[in-house]
Amino acid sequence: MTNNKDSNQDTQDLSRRKFLKSGGLVAGGLLGGSLFGGLLTSQFQKDSKKDVAPQADKQVTFDARTFFSRNEDFALLSAATERIYPENKNGMGAIELGVPYFIDRQCASNWGRNANDYMVGPFPSITKTDVYEEEKRQTNEVITSSTVVKLPAGTANYQTKMTRGTFFLEGLNAMEKTSQDKFNERFINLEPEQQDEILQMFEKGEVKFSGVDSADFFSLLRQTTIEGVYADPVYGGNRNMEAWRMKEYPGPIMSFLDKIEEEEFIVMEPSSLRNYQGL
Amino acid sequence: MAKKLDKVDVVVVGSGWAGGIVSAELSKAGYQVVMLERGKDQTRSDFIGVKDELRYTNRHEMIEKLTGDTITSRVSIGDAALPVRLQKDMNTGTDLGGGSMHWAGSVYRWRSYDFEIRSKTIERYGEGKIPEGMQIRDWGITYDELEPYYAKWEQTAGISGEPDPLGDNRSNEYPNPPMLASPAIKLFKESAKEIGLHPYQMASGNMSQTYTNPDGETLNQCMFCSFCTMYGCDFGSKSDPLATVIPTARKTGNCEIRTNSLVRRVIHKDGKATGVLYTDTRTGQEFEQPADVVVLAAFTFSNNRLLMLSDIGEIYNPETRKGTIGRNFTGQFNSTFLGATGFFNDKKFNYYMGAGGLGGALSDYDADLFDHTDLDFIHGGGIELRQYGDAAIKNNFVPKGTPTWGEEFKEKSLFYAFRTLTVWYSAAVMPWWHNFMDLDPTYKDEFGDPLLRITNKLTEQDKNIAKFGIEKCTEIVEAMGADIIDQDEMPDQFDHTYGGMHYIGGVAMGEDPETSAVNNYLQLWEMENLFVVGGSALPHFSSHHPTPTIGALSYRAAEGIEKYLKEKGGLLTQPKSSGVKA
Ligand SMILES: Cc1cc2nc3c(=O)[nH]c(=O)nc-3n(C[C@H](O)[C@H](O)[C@H](O)COP(=O)(O)OP(=O)(O)OC[C@H]3O[C@@H](n4cnc5c(N)ncnc54)[C@H](O)[C@@H]3O)c2cc1C
Ligand code: SF4
Repeated sequence: MTNNKDSNQDTQDLSRRKFLKSGGLVAGGLLGGSLFGGLLTSQFQKDSKKDVAPQADKQVTFDARTFFSRNEDFALLSAATERIYPENKNGMGAIELGVPYFIDRQCASNWGRNANDYMVGPFPSITKTDVYEEEKRQTNEVITSSTVVKLPAGTANYQTKMTRGTFFLEGLNAMEKTSQDKFNERFINLEPEQQDEILQMFEKGEVKFSGVDSADFFSLLRQTTIEGVYADPVYGGNRNMEAWRMKEYPGPIMSFLDKIEEEEFIVMEPSSLRNYQGL
Repeated sequence: MAKKLDKVDVVVVGSGWAGGIVSAELSKAGYQVVMLERGKDQTRSDFIGVKDELRYTNRHEMIEKLTGDTITSRVSIGDAALPVRLQKDMNTGTDLGGGSMHWAGSVYRWRSYDFEIRSKTIERYGEGKIPEGMQIRDWGITYDELEPYYAKWEQTAGISGEPDPLGDNRSNEYPNPPMLASPAIKLFKESAKEIGLHPYQMASGNMSQTYTNPDGETLNQCMFCSFCTMYGCDFGSKSDPLATVIPTARKTGNCEIRTNSLVRRVIHKDGKATGVLYTDTRTGQEFEQPADVVVLAAFTFSNNRLLMLSDIGEIYNPETRKGTIGRNFTGQFNSTFLGATGFFNDKKFNYYMGAGGLGGALSDYDADLFDHTDLDFIHGGGIELRQYGDAAIKNNFVPKGTPTWGEEFKEKSLFYAFRTLTVWYSAAVMPWWHNFMDLDPTYKDEFGDPLLRITNKLTEQDKNIAKFGIEKCTEIVEAMGADIIDQDEMPDQFDHTYGGMHYIGGVAMGEDPETSAVNNYLQLWEMENLFVVGGSALPHFSSHHPTPTIGALSYRAAEGIEKYLKEKGGLLTQPKSSGVKA
């Protein structure tokens, strides 16, 4: 964040000059105020009516694993995410959208290492699985049916020493083992319906193994898959903004001041953070 | 050894609305102020070009990191409390400007009923209406007395709005006209009107036009960019401390702001505060900052914990119901925003546009505006439809019964994207003898100090109010013509998720030192040169967000501190025994 500050400052100066030259674009009100704000991104340097997706073709994505060291784990992860968000007539599925690489990078990030969470002991001597067996399972997901799935409640959430990255490794191992036990076959070689069966067993918390509650693992897997599908492409998923196109979501746009009252649904060609920052 | 610094008139802990207002007012009045903030320095340029849902909404970029410090949580006295470990489950603010930087900006005054809740409930329904164990009482200030401070905060913050047709008296208009209404908000308002309710455009801290406040700070017109709640505004269009009170304080030349300064103790001697002890979080160096007046404005959790760690006041004991610090913990949780979601097959809304404080609201089922004679709860809730502007990760609504993954999920979630509207009832939350804060016996922070422990149980009152609210929201969504309506369900028990910084109490205001910790200037009864400002002072949680009431009380506290400094001491109001055992 601190590093960005300086380069932002440059952009700011640059586009402030451009903004002043081209005069009252969409944001009439801004002229009255101090010229802080978001006048600093490329959208203001263009004709505001043309929301072009710029330079998407120029963006080179280097795919390589930085967290999952075993190819087998990664192949299993890929197959599982594709079942959660499959390719169909609406468009690309998780694999083509880059979701497995998104998850790989997330596991290697602060989030995957739980760097911003309280990871100090003691951890409860009861294993999580025991707690949930006793208590009625309920999810915290009560505000609306939004997809940001949370781990099941029953006790203060997340009482494990494991980081999310470790959780993934353990969970994938458990999926492979379940596949061998049930179908005598590797998960990636199963029929899609059989893969779904295994995922459902995890979703319902039916699989027992040490340290990990299978429903928690499924919840994490599902949540990260959805995130990888729909997050800005800068994180490795949502390749070329194809998921945003499917959803008719425009991405970060500087101003809707002139559109907020419009009755008709407006479909725009999406635009990414890369474009927003004027790269 | 802590390095002892030169004494100042006032040291303020925390840089949110509460700390910002107190610092601005006192430095304007010519006093030397030092403001200490545990988080980093930040400026508006930190927010430029970062409209990134994953980083801010899902990964909580602006939220306090819990690495060294969190709270522990349990439902019942006697249970072991466990730490709230994940940042996503504990959203408190940090960095210059505090949680007040990434707030949404929905603005509501609390009701005249709130300030005299006990008397007014008894007056209308008799004492039997208040269940045993519910610790409600009058606040020691009336709405009419607080009204000018509300007005002052609204002028400083530049609130855009129109009066609630069922609202209490106002001494003036909002400084800015209401925000533009989108088609979804119009549909909500028209439908509610058709069934006899009184909707209006909710007031917001997002600017409907360019505005200069009485301190000379200018805010820009809102762009409805939708990256608002959980984000800093890069346009300078959201009212926050960095756009208002912090520059005002700085301009005076009397206010020194020190970031990366984590306050760990209030130092006191012979019943008077003498200063605070803090640690520079980058170097580990300890400092002692002496001052004539100490102001804690570090949000509910830190305000309570600092008093407990500093051994000031008596910690509330639920067995004896004695002690005031930590008493009357309440807040709004997932379970206090329940309602109904409508799915529209033939209508699509531009719901990717929006602003934090953009919405429609109504008060027909709020406070005591409806008859509770035959109802099994007191107070009520506000009804809202909000257009925050949904980004793509959040927006995956599917009707109940649809699988939450796989082919059918993909199909339906894509179809219902931007065809889904939610109306919710934000319910009031009453204080109970069994809900409180104290220190955890097991878990510690990075310095070895005990964490704050929260004990919080949902009650029948909470469940009954939620059921009532869900029905009312459903009626509105029906009137809006939704094809499918999903009702939210009240969970069986508290889920230990502390998601929106609406947690209050513990250093609650009142008239009687037996049941309250501070007077109506937020001056601690027990230590007259210590003022504890913020949500910690609120004795119960009303039906809506707390910030305007925190802002109003911060102006009141600033006035009190000035009076205290001018008059060289003394309690600013005298205690009264209420005779209430609550
Ligand atoms: C996502 C979100 C949306 C919200 N939306 C709304 C809304 O729409 N309407 C509304 O009314 N309210 C809203 N709120 C609530 C609102 O943010 C709070 O009511 C408000 O910020 C409280 O202001 P404050 O100054 O008391 O505390 P804060 O803003 O939290 O400021 C306290 C400061 O003290 C600092 N601090 C804490 N402990 C220490 C210490 N030991 N030493 C030094 N510094 C310390 C913190 O770092 C922080 O900067 C929202 C909150 C969140 C999280
Ligand atoms: S919606 Fe308005 S107030 Fe909110 S961040 Fe965007 S411009 Fe700022």
